[in-house]
Amino acid sequence: MRVWRLEPRARTPAILGPLVAALSLAAALVIGGVLMAIMDVNPFAAYYEILRGSLGSWYGFSETVVKAIPITLSALACVLPFRAAVWNIGVEGQLVMGALASVAFVRYCPESGSVAMIAGMSLASAAAGGIWSAIPGFLRGKWGVNEIISTLMLNYVALCLMDFLLYGAWKDPMSMGFPMTAPFPPSARLWAFGGTRLHGGLILALVLPVAAWFVLRRSKWGFEIKVIGENVRAARYAGIDVTKNIVMAMFVSGVIAGLCGMSEIAGLHGRLSRGFSVGYGFTGVIVAWMSGLNVLALPFTAFLMGMLLVGGETLQVVMSLPLSSVQVIQGLMLFCVLGGEVFRDYRLRGPRAAGSKEAE
Amino acid sequence: MDMLISILAAAVRSGTPVLYSVAGEMLTERSGVMNLGLEGIMLLGAFAGFSVTQSTGDPAIGLAASFLSGALVTVIHAFLCVTIGANQVVSGLAMSLFGGGMSAMLGRNHIGETIKGLMPFKFPVLGSIPLIGPVFFRHDVLVYASYVLVAAMCFFIFRTRPGMNLRAIVENPRAADAMGLSVRRARYFYTLLGGGLSGLAGGYLSVVYAQMWVEGMTAGRGWIAVALVIFGIWHPLRGMLGCYLFGGIDALQMRIQAAGTSVPAPLLMMLPYLTTLCVLTFISIRKRSGALPGAPASLGVPFRREERD
Repeated sequence: MRVWRLEPRARTPAILGPLVAALSLAAALVIGGVLMAIMDVNPFAAYYEILRGSLGSWYGFSETVVKAIPITLSALACVLPFRAAVWNIGVEGQLVMGALASVAFVRYCPESGSVAMIAGMSLASAAAGGIWSAIPGFLRGKWGVNEIISTLMLNYVALCLMDFLLYGAWKDPMSMGFPMTAPFPPSARLWAFGGTRLHGGLILALVLPVAAWFVLRRSKWGFEIKVIGENVRAARYAGIDVTKNIVMAMFVSGVIAGLCGMSEIAGLHGRLSRGFSVGYGFTGVIVAWMSGLNVLALPFTAFLMGMLLVGGETLQVVMSLPLSSVQVIQGLMLFCVLGGEVFRDYRLRGPRAAGSKEAE
Repeated sequence: MDMLISILAAAVRSGTPVLYSVAGEMLTERSGVMNLGLEGIMLLGAFAGFSVTQSTGDPAIGLAASFLSGALVTVIHAFLCVTIGANQVVSGLAMSLFGGGMSAMLGRNHIGETIKGLMPFKFPVLGSIPLIGPVFFRHDVLVYASYVLVAAMCFFIFRTRPGMNLRAIVENPRAADAMGLSVRRARYFYTLLGGGLSGLAGGYLSVVYAQMWVEGMTAGRGWIAVALVIFGIWHPLRGMLGCYLFGGIDALQMRIQAAGTSVPAPLLMMLPYLTTLCVLTFISIRKRSGALPGAPASLGVPFRREERD
């Protein structure tokens, strides 16, 4: 009767996951290309510029890594709660809170030595991000407040708070009216690698995913998170404290996001300015999902996304395309990855094959 | 008193775009699909409305374009969620990114351009009633249409056969399927209708409210609409109340800013978001204690006819 049907796969071949992901990305690029062509932009030239801008030079490559750092950390911040089926869409706000906290530390303890300064900034930003994230975690765990909405609302609140400080008390008097803080003293800068813009945040982006892998795979807590994500009721029957675990997952997620904010400020920019985060929180969601919530895959996916962002900046300069075109491609990628997943988990059966199965 | 009336009237005006989005999302969620892409759909609708009004000079055609563009882009979400059964949260986020990005890209050369949009007119008779007249009946035609929409939705959902079917579909899709109702068709229909209404909500912002194009002009209203659906516990009348509450705070916030207080603007701009968060928490606590009904049963759960639970 039905012409085509989807059948769950009994076994998913190991190669299928990465293959489907790669094909989905390719599909997104093709659709993006068609959209560009409709808007009178030559898609081949555009993709060539993206490649040239990101991988065509040593500078481009290092810039791609510079972008991959916050993306990896944001994605990692997303993965932990996602594992517990808790949607932290507020990484952007937590990142901002982390950045604000590190600025606060620099402002109010300016005499600290380099080690004390970096330790202080890290602690402050981790605490700020963690608490900002634990609030919606608590609301969700305790009363079932929808965390997608609460984290999003807190994003806007954090951004307003940043505006309040940047246009007010924290504004650099020398900034000619631009909303930015004074430059950080050298003691508050993360060490840089050679002459590039690569900074100490790279260590975080490489070490934290591995640490998270161990925690998720090897610890009791990682296991409890997974059980909650797969079946909350089963978790409750097993005596797992769901509320506590959700708050914890959100807290740790916020800590990572806060550190990410700190590393962007203290490592890359050396001051807080409006728009220091170009939507890394949302990019993190995409990268987390594209990596199949596999923390070890995050740095690689983040590198691909970094290419898109760096290439997008080249597009802006060379072809005067707005940066929003990157957002369009990101949206398309996510659509295609979602659509592709069905072919990983299901197989499409033609009418004859379905008929023969019914005859069995 | 005049001050109060003007704030209440502004609340209705500012709440109306959110109301269209909330009404649409309620229909979508009542069929079992969650659409978190409202922010992006609204932005696309806003640009479509702006652009078509600019080129045709007719706001009515512009608003129709808003509705159509919203419904059209929602086809992606409906396909992923209904046919493929993909994760609805992620698909909604993708829609927000895609819609926001597309609107910014299409509108990149039109930022700040103004159009001549829909004008308000005093509703005959009703507009002359003291208090009620100025607050509710001295707006534009879309505000009046939103009253009709809410009333029609209440009647449709609770008093008609297709409305009953809709409720059966979300409360127990398998039973509804066995009754011979097409779960998929209903979900497609209400998801697209919801997308269209969200597009129209965006159109209201650009064609009626601001009468210009500003990048990202929804400023989170799409997300607030998602929250207000929860606040409204999926009942159109309560949703309407929530929209006016939000509109009131938005209007109040702008009044205070315009009056030139010592409170910095960014702190005032936090108010709508903080209020939404507080209200959402309050509602959730009440739901927990059983005082309010919960979400539709199969909300966010894909339905595959071939599979057993």
